[in-house]
Amino acid sequence: MMSRVFVARDSCALSVGADSVAQAICAEAALRGQAIEIVRTGSRGLLWLEPLVEVETPEGRVAYGPVAQRDVAELFASDFLRGGRHRLGHGLTEQIPYLARQQRRTFARMGLIDPLRLDDYVQHDGYRGLRQALAMGPGAAVQALVDSGLRGRGGAAFPTGIKWKTVLEQQSATKYVVCNADEGDSGTFSDRMIMEGDPFLLIEGMTIAGVSTGASQGYIYVRSEYPCAEATLASAIETARAAGYLGADVAGSGLSFHLEVRRGAGAYICGEETSLLESLEGKRGMVRFRPPLPAVQGLFGKPTVVNNVITLASVPTIFANGARAYRDFGLGRSRGTLPFQLAGNIRHGGLVEIAFGLTLRELLYDFGGGSASGRPIRAVQVGGPLGAYVPESQFDTALDYEAFAAMGAMIGHGGIVAFDDTTDLAQMARFAMEFCAIESCGKCTPCRIGSTRAVEVIDRIRAQHNVPANVALLRDLCETMTAGSLCALGGMAPAPVLSVLNHFPEDFGLTAPSTITSA
Amino acid sequence: MAPDDAVAQAIALHADRPGGLLPLLHEIQDRLGYVPPHCVPTVAKAMRLSIAEVHGVVGFYHHFRRSPPGRHVLRICLAEACQSMGSRELLDHARKMTGTDLHGTSADGAVTLEPVYCLGNCACSPAVMLDKQLVGRVDAQRLADIIEHCRVGA
Repeated sequence: MMSRVFVARDSCALSVGADSVAQAICAEAALRGQAIEIVRTGSRGLLWLEPLVEVETPEGRVAYGPVAQRDVAELFASDFLRGGRHRLGHGLTEQIPYLARQQRRTFARMGLIDPLRLDDYVQHDGYRGLRQALAMGPGAAVQALVDSGLRGRGGAAFPTGIKWKTVLEQQSATKYVVCNADEGDSGTFSDRMIMEGDPFLLIEGMTIAGVSTGASQGYIYVRSEYPCAEATLASAIETARAAGYLGADVAGSGLSFHLEVRRGAGAYICGEETSLLESLEGKRGMVRFRPPLPAVQGLFGKPTVVNNVITLASVPTIFANGARAYRDFGLGRSRGTLPFQLAGNIRHGGLVEIAFGLTLRELLYDFGGGSASGRPIRAVQVGGPLGAYVPESQFDTALDYEAFAAMGAMIGHGGIVAFDDTTDLAQMARFAMEFCAIESCGKCTPCRIGSTRAVEVIDRIRAQHNVPANVALLRDLCETMTAGSLCALGGMAPAPVLSVLNHFPEDFGLTAPSTITSA
Repeated sequence: MAPDDAVAQAIALHADRPGGLLPLLHEIQDRLGYVPPHCVPTVAKAMRLSIAEVHGVVGFYHHFRRSPPGRHVLRICLAEACQSMGSRELLDHARKMTGTDLHGTSADGAVTLEPVYCLGNCACSPAVMLDKQLVGRVDAQRLADIIEHCRVGA
């Protein structure tokens, strides 16, 4: 009997040896004369178990991991092709608590299918959302998205439906849909997982955006650090085009939508939407003044929908299952689910898609299993390099956009990076400003000069040089950057610094927090 | 491939695309490993831009190099998640093993060290990228193996 074995082709799995494991399984099966088919899938997101090997059994898929090349012969000896017991075994994948406790909506297909097989995608509910959106027509489709309560998942959390509505209302023969796939925040990888593990989902979401707002050209701006994602998307776009889901007549609707991948070039600032548009136009990624909003004058001066990967990938599910079904998840004004990403010094790092409202502590301990080093988790940085360092006293805050904003932190793109008690947070505060100085586009003074001056001031504090005066100066500088910067890079780079001053003053050699301002 | 041929081909492929300058520069660097400064006037003319504009774009983006790298490029992630798992120490090892600092190339021409801020492999930190290959859960031994591979390989 032919056994089906699943090994991820996600770049995280590849980075820890998935290819050599898959090859070893093939070789061992040939040696033993056992017929197997290896299916390369997206990753389940149980990343500490990668390379994860799954085997199809009558009861469901059984998981083994992390599997090294040298374990393969032993797995065969344990009859793993029929779900046999082995020290690396985890039983049925769907029953692994990490996965069973999630509410996978956007990531529902992740790890189940070969990401480049369109037939598999369609059989697993793919393109139902597009058919629904086409049947509704642009006005009703955009209203449905407003009703779903979906907010931009890139970090800014702006209501997506309102953005689409603005673009729909513009009178212009040319409009664009741009996908922001410049996932530069440390601790985040959900965009990459979608692009590598379920690319048709993103393509479908962008197509819905196009036909619902009257745009006929789309661009996916992928960062240059993601070569696998770029290659997978390019291949999936070609397949969708050949099957009539992209091109001059989308799914027989008579509407056209063309899609192209563009590669970034290692500039963090290009994750800021106006800077991204400049980059797509072939220029330096300098932030634009607003207004005009990109929805009114965006790419090449035309009305443009700019959305993050997860935002666009959430759209097909919303249309397939209805706006209300999505809205029923969540807390307060944070509706639906968010794929959180557990990263850094964490035992069980990976992707956790769940409704808003969970606490950080639940994520870090119930899912994450505590630190990887086994030492106490001292701080977590939530929301990327511009996010605050959250102390343990705040781990019980519910994950909700507003609740985090109220304590001077942000959920952003859902990245959560854990640090143990050996971390020098004053050094991390310095790094926040150093990073801002490296990545500043240079357009506004508070960000361009302020970040460099902040590094110098932090160095003086860390050297215990005239500490009270320099701390006052640092806080003053942070206030200037927060209030005076043109975009979120300079405007939010002070957040990690202030959080360290307020919650971890001892790392700066201070006995108590100086005057606590915001964050 | 001769640099001038690579530039001519890149121009033929991308000069007429909307916003084609970035794809064009990528094409040149993919073929040559860097964007030779002497090609900037040629690119500018083909794109109907000033030399300053093209120079400005090349200089703005960290990805574009203006001098040839070593036979391999090793990018070490120095973003927060990798720092939480010891990437600073890893960088120190890399410096010692290659005898060069960030943005430099080892004396034998085998490897160029570059910083990178996030490779999207933050649950398997620390991560590095060797040429286009991502490597996760890197420790000092694994790093030594990678650098050795650069030295003996072509």
